[in-house]
Amino acid sequence: MSMMHEFTKGFIKENPILVLLLGMCPTLAVSSSAVNGLGMGLAATAVLVGSNAVIAAIKNLIPDMVRIPAFIVVIASFVTIVDLSMQAYTPALSESLGVFIPLIVVNCIILARAEAFASKNGVLGSLLDGIGMGLGFTIALTTLGGLREIIGNGTIFGIALFGENPTTVLMFIMPPGAFIALGLLIAFVNKFVKKAA
Amino acid sequence: MAKKLESNFRNMFVVLSSICIISALALGFTYGNTKDAIAKAAQEKQVKNIKKVLDGIPFDNDPAAGKYTVDGFDGLELYPATQGGQTVGTAVKTVSPAGYSGNIWLMVGFKPDGVINAISVVEHKETPGLGTKMDTPWKDQYTGKNPGVNNLKVKKDGGEIDAITAATISSRAFTDAVQKAHAAFTKGGVK
Amino acid sequence: MSNYIVSLSPHAKGPLSTEKVMWAVVIALMPSFAFSAYFFGIRGIVVTLVATIACILTEFVIQKYLMKTTVTAFDGSAAITGILLAFNVPSSIPIWEVILGAVFAIAIGKMVFGGLGRNPFNPALLGRAFMLVSFPVDMTTWPIPVTTQWTWNMSKAIDGTTAATPLGYLKEGVKMGESVTNLVAASPERFDYFNLFIGNVGGCIGEVSAFAILLGGIYLLYKKIITWHIPVFYLGGLALITGVLWAMDPTKYADPLFHILAGGAMLGAWFMATDMVTSPMTVKGQIVFALCGGLLCGLIRIFGGYPEGCSYSILIMNAFVPLIDKYIKPTRFGKEVNYG
Repeated sequence: MSMMHEFTKGFIKENPILVLLLGMCPTLAVSSSAVNGLGMGLAATAVLVGSNAVIAAIKNLIPDMVRIPAFIVVIASFVTIVDLSMQAYTPALSESLGVFIPLIVVNCIILARAEAFASKNGVLGSLLDGIGMGLGFTIALTTLGGLREIIGNGTIFGIALFGENPTTVLMFIMPPGAFIALGLLIAFVNKFVKKAA
Repeated sequence: MAKKLESNFRNMFVVLSSICIISALALGFTYGNTKDAIAKAAQEKQVKNIKKVLDGIPFDNDPAAGKYTVDGFDGLELYPATQGGQTVGTAVKTVSPAGYSGNIWLMVGFKPDGVINAISVVEHKETPGLGTKMDTPWKDQYTGKNPGVNNLKVKKDGGEIDAITAATISSRAFTDAVQKAHAAFTKGGVK
Repeated sequence: MSNYIVSLSPHAKGPLSTEKVMWAVVIALMPSFAFSAYFFGIRGIVVTLVATIACILTEFVIQKYLMKTTVTAFDGSAAITGILLAFNVPSSIPIWEVILGAVFAIAIGKMVFGGLGRNPFNPALLGRAFMLVSFPVDMTTWPIPVTTQWTWNMSKAIDGTTAATPLGYLKEGVKMGESVTNLVAASPERFDYFNLFIGNVGGCIGEVSAFAILLGGIYLLYKKIITWHIPVFYLGGLALITGVLWAMDPTKYADPLFHILAGGAMLGAWFMATDMVTSPMTVKGQIVFALCGGLLCGLIRIFGGYPEGCSYSILIMNAFVPLIDKYIKPTRFGKEVNYG
């Protein structure tokens, strides 16, 4: 269990979305474009890194019976900080992600890492775990958002790929497309990428 | 591994309370620091939309400061633009609840005679690829028309607006919002 | 009920095989194909062939290279999906879109569930639903029959090649507040029963001709591949709901005969609701399934957002099949057993 492993395991091997299947709700809801995916991913990463580090630091001070409420308060504080900062400095992104930024509080990834990792490991390891898991979440969300944006809207990060007003497969930027694209992505990773990693 | 604190009432009370207090302090600090920026971002967006729909009309006041509302038009806000005290145009923030999925918010710029100067889409939740096409040059067909003179309805309803292909409902709601803006503008009078 | 394959784990081998059943269905679809070739000409034929080939190829590639299992792509079931998918789209559809629809129908509608017999939804209808959501403009642009036989390029931009279907025209008119009586008077050819029966109206490639579908349906009945229950109760359900409303106010609602003949109701009732994989096993179950499907179809047509509700009504009922099969079971050994 090297520190390197803590950092990289979230990319593919234990990718929170594609392998652990955590945090499906924001994944499906906000992955309609690459920018949304990236923004959501980075916001969640910021929360995850902060909450993991703090929880690892104070883990011995928290009595077992109240650990979950304590974790949630810590997580919720970080989420609110991120939410307010985004409203202030990236208003457009904050608007398009809407209610899903505040909802990072109940994102399973954050609490799962707090409970499964940060509350049992040191600060450095938890920090790396948070960054790695957060980046894994970001990679998966951006890939999914990018795929859906290209197929469904003909653009990537807002840049038109097929000229003005192309006929695109609209379903992919609608809710059903999220389920199908995510399913296909998970299948692809399972079949071709996971074994190699 | 260091020994954890025991789960007795005193420990739990003290720890949870401290965490909450520290969190509250952190949040208060962040809120204080971002409050102005958030208000500024919201205001900037408003001003940007007002400027967009009054494009080409020179004015020297702050339309957002002169905001007024008209009785009977809930949610609509009017922003007069003046040049040397003379009203040269009015931006109307309007809404139609009849969108395909929820409200469509528009900002419509009127010249004093009621002719549409430009329209800006403020917020909507229409279907991507269909209703979202309202925020393209499609909406330019409203420019230069006067809802009091021209029949601003989609062609299917006997008007002169080309609906967005496969998004008649969104087009109807858009047109409805524009008409409402004009009605409020007419009733409110040039101020 | 006992003499054809609808029960689980068949232990005795009958004369019917999957191939025989499937190719009989393909034959039953041929009258409709011939009529569509007449009404929609070259595009109708090409779209149907492309969809069929795309379906078979998709199944072949998935079975051979992804699942690495026995290839059954040529047993006719993929061909049926392809033909039915093509029959459910307008002939003016761009070719790449129909290929995508076919790939979706087989890959997502059938193979991800494990292939023939395991798919909960009718793959062709799933493909159509996918296309309707993805390409709403191309899927609701309808070429005028007969006159466009030799026209390859068709779009809304070219005048005189496309026109609204009877159901689409009716829906739009009623939404505008017109009475049905006025609508019929304004466009009598769309409401002419003979045109509707023969298929001389705008619509999807294979759905327009009620006559051709009936020919195929009768062949399937004769071959004992389907029983009369599903088609009759499906159309009956549709006639019931539209008939009640029509009797209440004939100026607001079209008559039931029009509803049966127009749109995809005939094709759906005979060829898609009867799909063995996605319909209930027992006769009682099939009756519940078909009756509810027909009622739903009428409700969607009259009160829903889309002018045509046939495909969605069948897809929705497909989802209920496991439930229906759970509650309506065949009695064991032909006898009521009282476990009381």
